[in-house]
Amino acid sequence: MTVDSVPMTASCESEKALAPVWQIRVGTRLSRAAAIAGLAVVVALALLPMIASRNLIQDLIFVFTMLALAQLWNVLAGWGGLVSVGQQAFVGLGAYALFAGVVVVGIDPVVAILLAGAVAAVAAAVLGPLLFRLEGPYFAIGSWVAAEALRLICAQFKSLGGGTGMSISPSELSQMTGLKAVQALFGLRAGAARDILIYWLALLLVVLVTLSIYVFVRSRMGLALAASRDNALAARSVGVRTGRIRYFLWVVVAFATGMVGALVYLQKARISPDAAFSVTDWTAYVIFIVVIGGVRTIEGPMIGVLTLWGLISYLSQFGSLYLVVLGMIAILIMLFMPRGIWGEAARHWNVRLFPTQRVLSRNS
Amino acid sequence: MTSLLSVSALDAFYGDFQALFGIDFELQQGEAVAVIGANGAGKSTLLKSLAGLVRNRPDAIRFAGRDIGDSPAANIVRFGLALVPEGRQLFLSLTVEENLLIGAYGGERTSPWDLQAVYRMFPVLQERRRSAVTVLSGGQQQMVAIGRGLMSNPSVLLCDEISLGLAPIVVEDIYRMLPRIRGNGTAIVVVEQDIARALRSTDRFYCLQEGRVTLAGRPADTDQDAIRAAYFGT
Amino acid sequence: MNGFDTIIEGVLLGGVYALFALGLSLIFGIMRLVNLAHGDLILLAAYLVLSVTTALGVPLVAASLLVVVVMFAAGFALQRLVLERVLGDDILPPLLVTFGLSIVIQNGLLLGYGADSRRLQAGAFESSSVTLVPGLSIGLAPLAALLTAVAAVALLQLIFYRTSLGRAFRATADSPPIAQLMGINERSVYAIAVGLSVAVSVIAAITFGIRANFDPSIGPARLLYAFEAVIIGGLGSLWGTLAGGIVLGLAQTIGARINPEWQILAGHLTFLAVLMVRPRGLFPSRRP
Repeated sequence: MTVDSVPMTASCESEKALAPVWQIRVGTRLSRAAAIAGLAVVVALALLPMIASRNLIQDLIFVFTMLALAQLWNVLAGWGGLVSVGQQAFVGLGAYALFAGVVVVGIDPVVAILLAGAVAAVAAAVLGPLLFRLEGPYFAIGSWVAAEALRLICAQFKSLGGGTGMSISPSELSQMTGLKAVQALFGLRAGAARDILIYWLALLLVVLVTLSIYVFVRSRMGLALAASRDNALAARSVGVRTGRIRYFLWVVVAFATGMVGALVYLQKARISPDAAFSVTDWTAYVIFIVVIGGVRTIEGPMIGVLTLWGLISYLSQFGSLYLVVLGMIAILIMLFMPRGIWGEAARHWNVRLFPTQRVLSRNS
Repeated sequence: MTSLLSVSALDAFYGDFQALFGIDFELQQGEAVAVIGANGAGKSTLLKSLAGLVRNRPDAIRFAGRDIGDSPAANIVRFGLALVPEGRQLFLSLTVEENLLIGAYGGERTSPWDLQAVYRMFPVLQERRRSAVTVLSGGQQQMVAIGRGLMSNPSVLLCDEISLGLAPIVVEDIYRMLPRIRGNGTAIVVVEQDIARALRSTDRFYCLQEGRVTLAGRPADTDQDAIRAAYFGT
Repeated sequence: MNGFDTIIEGVLLGGVYALFALGLSLIFGIMRLVNLAHGDLILLAAYLVLSVTTALGVPLVAASLLVVVVMFAAGFALQRLVLERVLGDDILPPLLVTFGLSIVIQNGLLLGYGADSRRLQAGAFESSSVTLVPGLSIGLAPLAALLTAVAAVALLQLIFYRTSLGRAFRATADSPPIAQLMGINERSVYAIAVGLSVAVSVIAAITFGIRANFDPSIGPARLLYAFEAVIIGGLGSLWGTLAGGIVLGLAQTIGARINPEWQILAGHLTFLAVLMVRPRGLFPSRRP
């Protein structure tokens, strides 16, 4: 992580020689340490398939993909103010684009992931101008309607299994780029090697998504969004134009969400409209992760996804009760700890691993 | 004789910003008092504190035998203290008559002011009773705002800048109604930037500057230079 | 089934959708709150009526009245205990809390009642019909639903424009701080509004539960239909909401007529089309 520092001479000082320099800092000593630790964790995770069981690999694919979705939702809703409950639209669309690309057209699954992102981005680009006409909270339901409409449209394609869905056969996946190499490297059968390949792709995706978001929220555009969220009128009066930034954010987030969706369903190798466009799986869990960890922080979703993973391991056998408990936890957190676990901790101990706030400090 | 309304050592804050410093203020039944001062002197903040829109220590404001410094605005109007807010602040989705009726929402004090009494004072409002308030002239809107304040039958009517943005002749019309309001035993506090107008129509005045009372007295007993000094701080 | 039948059926279905939409429209108009649990609260009401009629053997009408009272209290308490703490300039907290509530209610119903489809029993009423002209008859239950919707709109309109509570609603919607100066307690006005919204939803639940099967998973779809009716009709107008419900009902029945799989999709597409050509809805409020 870099330290953004802008030297500014304090204009009111009369003794120029002794004038202290003010700096706007974002980075801290801790954040540099965290960056090194983060790099170490990513390297360790990349090497993990050498020793990990297939079960753990599959669990971590879940963790990485959910984390990526959570980071994406967080930047969209938390920073961008676009509270969407329809992100399943882009998960599902990405997944269906992947299946169409692989099964119908017969392209390489890894290439199809990019195609999936592109399809989701195009859909977002078309839907955006319509949904942005809805005021604040109504945008939330509007995005949900859009997701439902896309689910019903996908269910119309008989070549993609219609309403009941379809599977990809192992033979169609055997052409995947790099699969042979991974098989040779680890001496594994195709199924296990495919999981490892998907694991690496998911790791790459979540790292890229997290870093991009970090760079984005620290950029001028991120600052503009924050300013407009705090006071739209004042922000406009100093020339902040958020309409375009929001639109750009909406489309780019859809692109990344579509790729995550494609990756998730590449691993599952089976798709149905109800599952791929599920509001519970792709939006409720994601919101839960962000809320419990802390809205508008980069660290929050990481805490949140680990919490969810823990809860799932212990509670998911209880079915509906488990979802009741998750919902209650989310409500209680919003009521009594609205900054989430990480937000509270950061405030209490004043730590920020991925600092996004600018601090004006005197450099003596 | 104890005052109807008495303010002692009132400090008012907006978040961390302190707008009023140790204000003392008295008002007797049926009296008319002006609060004058330059922009930002704290006049509106004083009225907002009295009306409960800015909260305070309970005993900073005592009204009709009650400590009301920390009472919510919705209760204070029931006790008999009504504010005609700066800029009129009418309800745009309500008609003229509905704006007046909502003034009586508290519903506990019913005389002497009711719809008929307000219409007798401002006959033009009766003609336009079903209109949206947005089509009224500025003066008529101010009449609605005053009428709305009176509908709660207050023992004190707080008027914040009622001449703001109105033609002098319209201001004259509105100020001519003040004695009628006082005739019913209602005390009036007017906040004005127009010093001469304010002093002409009231018994006493307080002059504020940067959140403090710099001068108080009767207009007749106070010389112009003293008022100017208290107003501008020269 | 001929074309005229389709239109009648669509209009009648629209009555139910308008009833779904009224509660949503009401609290958005007064407090800018969008309750994502609205559909699940409708389902909760339907199940409560089911329990009171079957388990306690209370007649439907009495059960409905009882549940209206209970749900009004529940809505009032929901606002005072939960929503009030998160309402503010940031739109995120209330959306997330009501979304959480939606998940809790939906899965709570699943735990309590199971996933089976249920239906409210209204005796002979549900299957009887009136014949308008030879060859054209209308089911009594759907007709009653439409008439109920019209009556509900008229009643809410009366409350809004003819009572002091209605003036307080509109004044608070205009400006909460100035409304306080009038002696209006914003907290109780909001709580009454949410209570009323949930109580109206009970009526929606009953008219819906008599004519169609329901199970715990269909709450969110009710929310979406309600929302579509509000937006199609135009914000800020209750009669517009009724019209929006009818347009949605027509779109769905006409869609289903062309291809049974297209019923819901036709509704969604109509909504998106209205958003495209008339973003303020078909019958927007004339007031500012």
